[in-house]
Amino acid sequence: MTGAEMPILSLSSVSKSFGALKVTDDVSFELAKGEALGIIGPNGAGKSTLFNLIAGNLRPDQGSVFLDGKDVTRETAMQRCSSGIGRSFQIPQPFGHLTVYENLLVAARFGGSVGAGEAPALCMDILARTGLAAQADKVSGGLPLLQRKRLELARAMATRPRVILLDEIAGGLTEGECHELVATIRQIHAEGTAIIWIEHVLHALNSVVERLMVLNFGKMLMIGKPDEVMAAREVREIYLGIEA
Amino acid sequence: MANSSPSTGRFAQVALGLALVAALAAVPLVAPRAVTQDLFGILTLLVLAMNWNMLAGFAGLVSVGQQAFVGIGAYFMFAAVILWGMDPLVGVLIGGLAAMVFAVPMAFFAFRLHGAYFAIGTWVVADIARLLAGQWKALGGGTGTSLPKGTTKDMFGVQWVKDVLDVSSAAAADAVTYWLALVMAVAMLVASYVFLRSRMGLGLQAIRDNMQAARSVGVDPTRLKAAVFLLTAFGTGLCGALIFIQITRVTPDAAFSVLDWTAFVIFVVVIGGIGTLPGPIVGVIVFYILQRLLADYGTVYLIVLGLIGIAIMLFARRGLWGLFTDRTGIDPFPLRHRPPAAPKS
Repeated sequence: MTGAEMPILSLSSVSKSFGALKVTDDVSFELAKGEALGIIGPNGAGKSTLFNLIAGNLRPDQGSVFLDGKDVTRETAMQRCSSGIGRSFQIPQPFGHLTVYENLLVAARFGGSVGAGEAPALCMDILARTGLAAQADKVSGGLPLLQRKRLELARAMATRPRVILLDEIAGGLTEGECHELVATIRQIHAEGTAIIWIEHVLHALNSVVERLMVLNFGKMLMIGKPDEVMAAREVREIYLGIEA
Repeated sequence: MANSSPSTGRFAQVALGLALVAALAAVPLVAPRAVTQDLFGILTLLVLAMNWNMLAGFAGLVSVGQQAFVGIGAYFMFAAVILWGMDPLVGVLIGGLAAMVFAVPMAFFAFRLHGAYFAIGTWVVADIARLLAGQWKALGGGTGTSLPKGTTKDMFGVQWVKDVLDVSSAAAADAVTYWLALVMAVAMLVASYVFLRSRMGLGLQAIRDNMQAARSVGVDPTRLKAAVFLLTAFGTGLCGALIFIQITRVTPDAAFSVLDWTAFVIFVVVIGGIGTLPGPIVGVIVFYILQRLLADYGTVYLIVLGLIGIAIMLFARRGLWGLFTDRTGIDPFPLRHRPPAAPKS
């Protein structure tokens, strides 16, 4: 074991095309244990596709995905979840006929490999932390969008991931709600879970992440410290639409 | 509703259930044979319906090929008795196992298909099984065969029942098959409940709601669906074999009848409430009453059944039982996992 030097997650020259459209173009990066990485980029830049490639919902055409130094490129989404990659979906995908609590219970019992004895307490703890405790017994299909987004975060947490992938969970929140969300994500981070967070709400994102990646047309344009990335001319041009 | 303590309510339910089962078990002792035979038909239809409901209502596998398992169960029961000289009740077990074995290659092909294609695929495979059964020369090929005279008289337990109840051998055989059907129905109900409340059952419901999300929280859809497919094939095969002990004659067309062993079963589950545990019970009772009322009207009977099925599908997606629970909130088989400390509202 190389110990601290071994990245928890690394992508090596990962590419994916849908027909003639190259949605992920030769992306390589490493995520250190417990690191928080933000991903920004215009709509259609391939951010969610990158998550699908990392979580195993899609197979790359080229390149490899490593978790803890082990090649997981051929593993299914289900196997990668059990190995420690938890994810949320940009468009919430609750188990609509199950209650909020049951949504978490599935995640804990399967992906989290939590026993029947401990699972209820774990799920209730996560619901409390994500502000969903009062909704525990509600059928998830009937929740409003904001609570569904929180459920995405809570369910991903219940799989007890070592890397958690968060896909645009802060959009549409009020100032106060956004503040609570940031506090929750900071707490997850403080517990040692590595985070990759796709987000358009930049002030929320930049208050958590240590590094920022910019995607454009499937290519990794830049990766580095948030303030340096945000200051770069090409980022301002492409992402913020400022003519320089 | 929640005034009485849940354990008291639970106890009352279990007591009521046991009383009902005891009353049903007493039928052959007090009622004429025709009633026992009628109820045998209802109970076996119920077992088939509960199996199909697990498959379609909970695992999302809408099979139109369950007659394959009824037929294979029946044929292997006949083979066990006629060719291998076994007791018919051992034959029932062999029939169930044979159906489960056949389910392995069937799943291999059918699981590549989804939705409507899966339905048609299972139907095609079932028809192939029917054609193969017609080639089984030792069991009469296309014209089929009958159980040898006296087979059911020598069946396990029949002599004992005959002596104790002081009835004819035929009545004793009816009683034994009837009790077995009752045991199967109760066992199927209890097993379904336990399964759905388990970790596997929770995973199954997650798959039904959202396959992609289920995979992403670590649930393996193929494994769970395959498990349900094999287990329901076993249950359906057992039940098919038992039905044909009572019929005593098997032909490929009767044993692999899509109308008798799948279409009516789907009707029962749909009107009762697909994806609910008590649905098949309600459905089978309604089906039986309709059959009685409309028995003298020939084809009109099937037309009315079809119309009722269509009406329920349009206006009450979760069947009569779904309507009932939605209106009253009563659910004797709660599948919900309640959070440990329910928040006060």
